[in-house]
Amino acid sequence: MKSAVLVFPGSNCDRDLAVAIEAVTGRAPTMVWHRETELPDGTGLIAIPGGFSYGDYLRSGAMAARSPIMRAVADTAGKGVPVLGVCNGFQVLTEAGLLPGALMRNAGLHFVCRPVGLKVENSQSIFTAAYKAGEEITIPVAHHDGNYQADAETLNRLEGEGRVAFRYTGEVNGSASNIAGILNNAGNVLGMMPHPERALEAAHGNIDGRRLFEGLLEAVA
Amino acid sequence: MKARIFVTLKPGVLDPQGKAIHHALEGLGFGGVEDVRAGKLIELDLADGTSDADIEAMCRKLLANTVIENFRIEKLQTA
Repeated sequence: MKSAVLVFPGSNCDRDLAVAIEAVTGRAPTMVWHRETELPDGTGLIAIPGGFSYGDYLRSGAMAARSPIMRAVADTAGKGVPVLGVCNGFQVLTEAGLLPGALMRNAGLHFVCRPVGLKVENSQSIFTAAYKAGEEITIPVAHHDGNYQADAETLNRLEGEGRVAFRYTGEVNGSASNIAGILNNAGNVLGMMPHPERALEAAHGNIDGRRLFEGLLEAVA
Repeated sequence: MKARIFVTLKPGVLDPQGKAIHHALEGLGFGGVEDVRAGKLIELDLADGTSDADIEAMCRKLLANTVIENFRIEKLQTA
């Protein structure tokens, strides 16, 4: 599978994500700079990494969401190509309007950096097919702005349509309904605050994130 | 022409920064502060003749995230 990892000024998990994708798919992704206007031909997965794109100026993800490459991402996502946004990548996807809602400052004001428990709420998506519904996994978070908020109607729709992919098993950042990751309507865009690429091999402490990439590879290969 | 854009969180949206400021004010001994909401002020220096519609579009497309924020435009005539 050909994949692309976007790189913005201030991205800092782009290499981690590339290493994870290569470890699972056997093929190194193309690193795509934010000023590019096109993705490589045949890109089968777009990954938007964590970090602090543009120094979180204005709002986390706001500037990155308006960068040239994001038009190509929106077009490609519209054709059904999977898009995975992790942490700042999730913030970029909401700012770009590819996912609903917004990620606000953590309710406790602290930067939260620790492994957290997640419940897999939907195991039918291309991103979660290798997990069991209701399964509890552990994935690290590292963020200041992970407090997911949306209006009541949007939250009801997400819940009703099974678009909550992951939910925190305990209080982490004040997110509405403890939402940790959501899918778009078509199911090919996932945004999540936890970092699956940081739970990929035994040396990371656990390998619960690995199945996200494995399941994705199987689903789209 | 200058325009000032006031970006504020919508009513009902939790404002942790406002809460922290509130606590700090109380810590300094200021009683009687009932609530604090923090927002942003963005000043634009604009070419004369920039339309209201353009300024509004700037707010909607970038300066405010209308999922969680409201904005108010205040135009200042410098002539």
